[in-house]
Amino acid sequence: MSDGLSGYNFAYLDEQTKRMIRRALLKAVAIPGYQVPFAGREMPLPYGWGTGGIQVTAAVIAPGDVLKVIDQGADDTTNAVSIRRFFSRTAGVATTTRTADATLIQTRHRIPERPLTEAQIIVYQVPIPEPLRWMEPRESETKKMHALLEYGVMQVKLYEDIAHLGRITTSYDYPVRVNGHYIMSPSPIPRFDNPKMNQMAALQLFGAGREKRIYAVPPYTRVESLDFDDYPFEIQRWDQHCALCGASDSYLDEMVTDDHGGRLFICSDTDYCGERRAAGHRGDTDLPANPAPRTAP
Amino acid sequence: MIATLADDPANGATNGDIPLLQVRDLGHSYGSRIGCRDITFDLYPSEVLGIVGESGSGKTTLLSCLSGRLPLSQGTIHYDTRTQGLVDLAALSEAQRRLLTRTDWGIVHQSPRDGLRMAVSAGANIGERLMAVGARHYGQIRDTARDWLQRVEIQPDRIDDLPSTFSGGMQQRLQIARNLVTGPRLMFMDEPTGGLDVSVQARLLDLLRGLVDDMNLSVVLVTHDLAVARLLAHRLMVMQGGVVVESGLTDQVLDDPHHPYTQLLVSSVLQV
Ligand SMILES: Nc1ncnc2c1ncn2[C@@H]1O[C@H](COP(=O)(O)OP(=O)(O)OP(=O)(O)O)[C@@H](O)[C@H]1O
Ligand SMILES: [Mg+2]
Repeated sequence: MSDGLSGYNFAYLDEQTKRMIRRALLKAVAIPGYQVPFAGREMPLPYGWGTGGIQVTAAVIAPGDVLKVIDQGADDTTNAVSIRRFFSRTAGVATTTRTADATLIQTRHRIPERPLTEAQIIVYQVPIPEPLRWMEPRESETKKMHALLEYGVMQVKLYEDIAHLGRITTSYDYPVRVNGHYIMSPSPIPRFDNPKMNQMAALQLFGAGREKRIYAVPPYTRVESLDFDDYPFEIQRWDQHCALCGASDSYLDEMVTDDHGGRLFICSDTDYCGERRAAGHRGDTDLPANPAPRTAP
Repeated sequence: MIATLADDPANGATNGDIPLLQVRDLGHSYGSRIGCRDITFDLYPSEVLGIVGESGSGKTTLLSCLSGRLPLSQGTIHYDTRTQGLVDLAALSEAQRRLLTRTDWGIVHQSPRDGLRMAVSAGANIGERLMAVGARHYGQIRDTARDWLQRVEIQPDRIDDLPSTFSGGMQQRLQIARNLVTGPRLMFMDEPTGGLDVSVQARLLDLLRGLVDDMNLSVVLVTHDLAVARLLAHRLMVMQGGVVVESGLTDQVLDDPHHPYTQLLVSSVLQV
């Protein structure tokens, strides 16, 4: 392709590999939450840098796409910058940090605060695709457990949380049930983001490079977080608002501001925070943490 | 002398017309080596069948075949399911068979480590089967787990402790509770008292006898300990070299053995 880096095929992967990944993606979309094996390729990045997500992105990206890459909610980490640069060089696509402008979003750790639309696709980087792995190391057995919907052990994990700590403390990669059927690992996003997966307008694709698995949640699909009747699923909450933009509805990161124990809470989604400030919203960085009416869990 | 279950006419082969388990010509080979062969018997509701024999005689192989953990090389097993009546286990789908294993059956392994999840608490071990069949109320799961701990003589306040902090006898009792919590009808036990001190053994046997009685359990019990067999089993099958050489009511077999191997077994070992 002329608009890519010379010597490489468009978006780095050869067409045959992309077709193979697309076939896996189609199957994944047809069976929401089911892990489809695919013959993953070596990528010019180490595992843990999102090689699974990158291969999925490479298989779906088109010349007209606008790509956003999120790492820990931010667009400016080394990981995010290098993945964005990779596609801008190999596919010649436009990139953006603005959620609203992106057609394709590759993410690690977060789902943007701004609701995604039908015109968008979000690609998650997945380190461990198998939610049953912690209890059952044998692949042959986990496959059977999924096929027969033997999911008691997932509940055991939550039971242990409550028994030892009084509440469900699993805060990342909180297991979900997709379309009332398969249990799926949502990747290491905070459980704060789990409700966004439910009935999302955008297509959600998941790529695990090391374990060579692809799975998907089609638009407007039911995604439920596992819980108990008497310990219902809850998202994380903060007493504080964002110190920069004042948001009270976003996922907050804690920042240490000095060595006297000074702390600030700010939006983890830098684009969301920036948009709010551009619209005139302000936090109260100059005030000590203000007592909000909401309670922490 | 302790009265045995076999003394009670309400129990045993005379009770119930339809066998719970019908085994015909069952066999399993490990390659060219025969594990067991030509096994035929019926197990009736509320009956405890003991399988005795020396090491290597095929007891564990037979039990594994019966409980669906080893494929059959020959023969059939029919089971009287709650919903469909007598079915050929080989004709069930894997999903149905696994559901049966999780709900209607229990398996007590010789080593508790094989039957427990050592990485999670006692309460989770008991609760797992409940959650596997859809229990979603944490408080109720815990109440049931505490109740079962008590029934197997473990202090309910140990509910959040890991099984590794339990003694061998406690682990074995936890394994039993973990199985019984869904109210199974059929239990497979492989040397449930093996590896335990004599005094601990006696207590466990007592407990098992009570539970089997209370819950009307049918049990296939593998043991090389004839004293255990006498105490728990209504009927006995004596195995040697992979085949059953003698079977009958426990007291008959042990007091008046016919087969030379059984005679040897009884004379050399039995000091009840
Ligand atoms: N996994 C295996 N592979 C090959 N042969 C086996 C295997 N397991 C058992 N066998 C053989 O099958 C026969 C029956 O063994 P099994 O374990 O059923 O005996 P057992 O009566 O349970 O003995 P023990 O009292 O020592 O537990 C033996 O000859 C044994 O060597
Ligand atoms: Mg054995």
